[in-house]
Amino acid sequence: MEVLGIKQIQTGLLEKEFTCVDLVDDYLKRIKSFDSEINSFLTLTEDTAYAKAKDDDKILTELGKDAFKKYPLLGSVVAYKDLFLTKGVRTTAASKVLEDYVPEYSGTVVERIDKAGGIMIGKLNCDAWAHGSSGENSDFGVTKNPWNKEYVPGGSSSGSGAAVASGFCTFATGTDTCGSIRLPANYCGVVGLKPTYGSVSRYGVIAMASSLDSVGHITVNSEDSERVYNVTKGTDGKDATLKDNSFEFPKEGATIGIPKEFFVKGIDAKVGKKIDEAIKIFESAGYKFKEVSIPHMKYGISVYYIIQPAEVSSNLGRYDGIRYGHGRSYFGEEAKRRIMLGTYVLSAGYYDAYYLKAMKVRTVIVSEVEKVFEEVDAMIAPVAPTPPFKIGAKADNPLEMYLTDIYAATANLSGIASLALPFGSTKTGLPLGFQLMGPRFSEPFLFHLGSKFEKISGQTYKFPNLEK
Amino acid sequence: MLMTKLTNSDIEHNADLAKLPLKKDEAEKYKTQLTQILNYIEELKQVDTEGVEPTSQTTGLTDVARNDEVKLLESLNEQQALSGSDNVYNSCFIAERLIRK
Repeated sequence: MEVLGIKQIQTGLLEKEFTCVDLVDDYLKRIKSFDSEINSFLTLTEDTAYAKAKDDDKILTELGKDAFKKYPLLGSVVAYKDLFLTKGVRTTAASKVLEDYVPEYSGTVVERIDKAGGIMIGKLNCDAWAHGSSGENSDFGVTKNPWNKEYVPGGSSSGSGAAVASGFCTFATGTDTCGSIRLPANYCGVVGLKPTYGSVSRYGVIAMASSLDSVGHITVNSEDSERVYNVTKGTDGKDATLKDNSFEFPKEGATIGIPKEFFVKGIDAKVGKKIDEAIKIFESAGYKFKEVSIPHMKYGISVYYIIQPAEVSSNLGRYDGIRYGHGRSYFGEEAKRRIMLGTYVLSAGYYDAYYLKAMKVRTVIVSEVEKVFEEVDAMIAPVAPTPPFKIGAKADNPLEMYLTDIYAATANLSGIASLALPFGSTKTGLPLGFQLMGPRFSEPFLFHLGSKFEKISGQTYKFPNLEK
Repeated sequence: MLMTKLTNSDIEHNADLAKLPLKKDEAEKYKTQLTQILNYIEELKQVDTEGVEPTSQTTGLTDVARNDEVKLLESLNEQQALSGSDNVYNSCFIAERLIRK
């Protein structure tokens, strides 16, 4: 099977090379052949996928090429991270607590994708409650990296990265609280968008840390990422953090910042070298580069590991097993660890020393980021310090696992947009890449940079051989 | 810098606050791991935050309101609201008794 972006799918549909039902056939065939090993799906929605595909085929017959104006995602096959509520379809957060929870309503993003013609094929595995950087914390088993099944796919949107990279769906949704979309995209060689905080609705998405959670997606290229974003973004009257915003493109000859603190100790040489190459490619397209500084970025993980568990302990307080789900004894190890940590930093006598202090250092980081964007139009940085690591490698050391997110934290703490782009691979075939961070609501510019980079570098996604 | 070292009673107290039933070996493990994490995040003490306002959100929005109207189609009916539990009686969820005489 060749990799199909949304545009290629729609061209193929128009030219009658295949129908939407054929597409669902193909994706399901791949899932059934290979996902028993990859473990990216928790639930398959075969019947609803075929019903929707038939609807889409009918719309296409009636409207022809005008169909895509009204239904911009028509023909695309989507899978949702199992944190997204889907009416009538089991939603577990990959936790035993919600093992048999069936929601009575769908999230805003799910509704918008459905209305835009997207075909739901199933629900995806992830670290339980989105707690994790590797996909190993799911209560329903580890997801494997399709490029090498001994390696982690990155988390917490592990199933989303693995499923898109394996060709099990056209795109997948995810949530990014501290790299949970960008990391699996980076580790699986695909494109991940962490949108601006306040641009995409969190309504009907199981909350992790409310001041940091952003709802995005994983695709095979930047163009698809933009297309999906244009459907999911914007106010919905339900999530009060949303804002409709337009963004003014920088003039020709935009400048991209290289935040020096992202390139010091701890970064793997292979990761750094690939970013140098990417910078040369952008330079050849006329972009200027400039070293910038976010001195307090190095405290990002400490700030994050106070604020996030604090908000987690509060958000997970509602799971008492009375109205739905099982009781609190069903929480897995990592969820309990974070609830304990969050409860501690919020408890009497410790609040000022930990939580209040973290919120103040967050202010310092936010103002440093804002200052950088007075000088440059975007920033380039690694997504993670190293290429994908082996399953089990960090399992016994939570602190070491937490530090995987060090380069992700800046975007979440300051609420800005970030696009993770794949670029080449290691000698052993593990994906490499980088992230482009831009000011709040700069997504259109990041997509523009991403598409331009893909064009010049010739970086196009190809599926791994899953038979191995 | 003072080292934080969690005790068994810290762990028990927090588990109690969070209503988390912990097994004995879990409590022991969390004591070690959380001590390690807390000592890492102590590095924040090095940052001078004198006079800095805390950040609790990044949108800059304040007092967001929507029109006060009932949207019946978007509201759950009684049956839907109760659908997540088998433990219901007379249109109510059954919960554990809190007060005993």
